[in-house]
Amino acid sequence: MKKVYGSAAEALDGLLRDDMLIAAGGFGLCGIPELLIDAIVESGVKDLTIASNNCGVDGFGLGKLLDTKQIKKMMSSYVGENAEFMRQYLSGELELEFNPQGTLAERMRAGGCGIPGFYTKTGVGTQIAEGKEVKQFGGEDYILEEGIFAELSIVKAWKADTSGNCVFRKTARNFNPPAAMCGKICVMEVEEIVEPGELDPDHIHLPGIFVHRIIKGEHEKRIEKVTTRSREDA
Amino acid sequence: MPWDRNQMAARAAEELEDGMYVNLGIGIPTLVANYVGDKEITLQSENGMLGMGPFPYEGEEDPDLINAGKQTITELPKTAYFDSAMSFGMIRGGKIAAAILGAMEVAENGDLANWMIPGKLVKGMGGAMDLVAGVGRVIVVMDHTNKHGDSKLLKACTLPLTGTGVVDRIITNFGVLDVVEGGLKIVELAEGVTEDELRAATEATIVN
Repeated sequence: MKKVYGSAAEALDGLLRDDMLIAAGGFGLCGIPELLIDAIVESGVKDLTIASNNCGVDGFGLGKLLDTKQIKKMMSSYVGENAEFMRQYLSGELELEFNPQGTLAERMRAGGCGIPGFYTKTGVGTQIAEGKEVKQFGGEDYILEEGIFAELSIVKAWKADTSGNCVFRKTARNFNPPAAMCGKICVMEVEEIVEPGELDPDHIHLPGIFVHRIIKGEHEKRIEKVTTRSREDA
Repeated sequence: MPWDRNQMAARAAEELEDGMYVNLGIGIPTLVANYVGDKEITLQSENGMLGMGPFPYEGEEDPDLINAGKQTITELPKTAYFDSAMSFGMIRGGKIAAAILGAMEVAENGDLANWMIPGKLVKGMGGAMDLVAGVGRVIVVMDHTNKHGDSKLLKACTLPLTGTGVVDRIITNFGVLDVVEGGLKIVELAEGVTEDELRAATEATIVN
């Protein structure tokens, strides 16, 4: 079965519908599926629920889907870098479900592994625990968190072979593997597509079984906070 | 004279032991890395990295290499990268020896509030709730009082909690306090700060 598609729009063809749940990889603007986000903007699909650690910045990344009001609800751990997000949230146009970052990652991983729920100490005794089952293990309280089962995953890797085996680069890996795993269908964008055998099988970060459609493209890779040291300090 | 930011960071660095894996929060905790001296400390960045290096030289920034504060950083020979689920696996699993974090309020029972102020813009807890619930030791570094001069060490937190009973040690500009049975215990006074001054600036119960 052919996994490589010619464009983001082709790769998403038949997969988008209003009111669906999409899991997206990336941390801040690092390792985000820029091309697939652009294609979702173009598609005009709306009322989306998106599970993603952040929601981009104004005018870039998932922020583009806010500008077009295509997002109904975000499941995130941190949304501080986006004025349009705050405007829509405070006016009640946008729903927000805060998840502790590790809980969000584990909810994705669990969903991808067929685990509908797990207990964690994270958030016990806080607002996050409200309405959640509490269970004791070894005399300590844990809360029940549910796995995320997304209809679609949109992720970004560095290189993939045509069968979907892929490798990520540095901290651009972040949420991409768990986000990829939790979708019924995973569409991945990469910087380079190679033939099977060109990636060392021992060095694959995410096996192709989790990846259904692949596209290659140019990425802007915008940096959110450029921080440097001067050479004089060396 | 109470400690300044750098003196607080230097004092916090004394908490770290050779060989520790540590997570540093943003603000004063970030400065702790400047004071570890010869100790081999491995810094974790919860977006998926162990062995965080310093900021890059200008022109050498890599968009694929950032820390949890979204700042460009560098790698070290011992660096390892991993995904967010594994990153929080090592946090939740107790593999990270210590986290050094800032705080808005700490209560005498170790409750910590550092993620939201009701009525103000809420940005989210990020990884703070996972860190305080999972790491071996939670060390808070913060000013003793807020900008109105009110104690940030309280009998009970007034803000929404990040974790309950999670704080082990508090390093402020006035000194060092431990969370113990019944309240906070003074471990050390900043140079030039008297015990009376520290007590007067503290709402939480101080036990001997």
